[in-house]
Amino acid sequence: MAELKQEKTFWEKLVQIDRRFIYLIIALAMTLPFFFQMGLPIPATKEVKDIYDLIETFKPNDVVILSADFDPSVSPELLPMFDAMFRHCLKAGVKVIAMSLYIQGPGLIEPVINQAAKDYNKVNGIDYAFLGWQYGYNLVVINMMENLKQTFPVDYYGERTEDLPILGNVNNYADYDLITSMNGSSTYMTWLLYAHEPYNVPMACGVTAVSAADVYPYIQSGQFIGMLGGLKGAAEYETLISEKRMATMGMEAQNWAHIFIILFIIIGNIGFFIIGRKK
Amino acid sequence: MQLSTNIWVWLGVFFTLSVLSFLYKDNPFYKLAEHVTVGVSIGYAIVLWWNLTVYPRFIIPVFENGHFILIIPAILGLMMVLRIVPKWSWLSRYAICFTVGGGAGMGIPRSMQASVLRQLEATMLPLSLNSATGINNIVIFIGVLTVLIYFFFSKEHKGVFGGAAKIGIWFLMVGFGATFGYTVMARLSLFIGRVLFILQDFLGLNLAG
Repeated sequence: MAELKQEKTFWEKLVQIDRRFIYLIIALAMTLPFFFQMGLPIPATKEVKDIYDLIETFKPNDVVILSADFDPSVSPELLPMFDAMFRHCLKAGVKVIAMSLYIQGPGLIEPVINQAAKDYNKVNGIDYAFLGWQYGYNLVVINMMENLKQTFPVDYYGERTEDLPILGNVNNYADYDLITSMNGSSTYMTWLLYAHEPYNVPMACGVTAVSAADVYPYIQSGQFIGMLGGLKGAAEYETLISEKRMATMGMEAQNWAHIFIILFIIIGNIGFFIIGRKK
Repeated sequence: MQLSTNIWVWLGVFFTLSVLSFLYKDNPFYKLAEHVTVGVSIGYAIVLWWNLTVYPRFIIPVFENGHFILIIPAILGLMMVLRIVPKWSWLSRYAICFTVGGGAGMGIPRSMQASVLRQLEATMLPLSLNSATGINNIVIFIGVLTVLIYFFFSKEHKGVFGGAAKIGIWFLMVGFGATFGYTVMARLSLFIGRVLFILQDFLGLNLAG
């Protein structure tokens, strides 16, 4: 006997929709805004502005260390942060030292450094230093607090760090005015434990949005001066330095994706309650 | 629009689409991209490790400057690698002893200071209803206290104690909600990075502004 097939209601069909349709809608929602930019405002939050304001107070001989502690899997979020902060340091005329505790970090930041140096007409070894990577994570941080040039005997291009004019008077923790680690895990803790706590070096961090909620307690306690959280943090920094670059472009797409996700959550929950009540 | 003529950009696009094709279903292109990523990452790491660590920090100091003391940590490093030789794998334990002992010795007191004492200090705040900061401080104080109560399992969660634990759950839920929101944002950002790569680097579209 042929079984009677019960017709599915609209909500039942909607709740059981193939998730690949949702992927498609989200993909379109995130691609189209690149062609139709609405220029939504991206005001800077206090956590981001505090870092910017501190760098603005620096004098030409002050030293900012930017550590790109990330790999390609999180670079869409963290590379724009590095780009924005590196540009701000060049613009402010402070001594900026770029490095990484992650082996894949230097390869990712090299093109960004070169482009920024070209745009601001700055020279490697004189206006900034690119130290590359060293093995050891916490050992690198501990050593560079004691002796930077011994920790990094050569820079990324194989030049002896002793010979770099920018590092002339930069030797240890007493010479660092700000350290900012951009990381996709909890590498900021390495810097906090071995740079900030024992030597009181001012610290900030740039983290992926996933980790941002974990960092707030350290800002509230005053251990971090500020934080750039995810692509939004990078876009806020770009707003502050008045340069619309990678992050600002991406935020428009992100806003639209958020709108669609919120709609999906609302529709999904309505469907869930309607179906649940019927049963 | 000016299509890229760079072979590496084309390869990047191929692997990007290969990885994204997993969203439709598992397939050989995805597997290929996965294996290439692992292989390339390791190859890249070995080259940098040699150029930036072994050569300037071991080969030159030992063979050119005569710092023979560095041979001791180098031997410990080799002992660690002996894990892959079953007959000699026991030797790796000596190297591990140094790593674990040193790591714990350096890490425990600092973690206590940074993540416990400083965080405790940050909850000892002036409480007041007369300013926004004072009210924030009250929220922080209640949040820390009730969450700690929720994680105290030596007393049954009943009465006033149970009520405080329930408030603690609400604070935890707000925390989880914020983390989830940030996680969604992070995952979308990764996709945005790839879209930008395809539109700008591959298709050569000028999206600035």
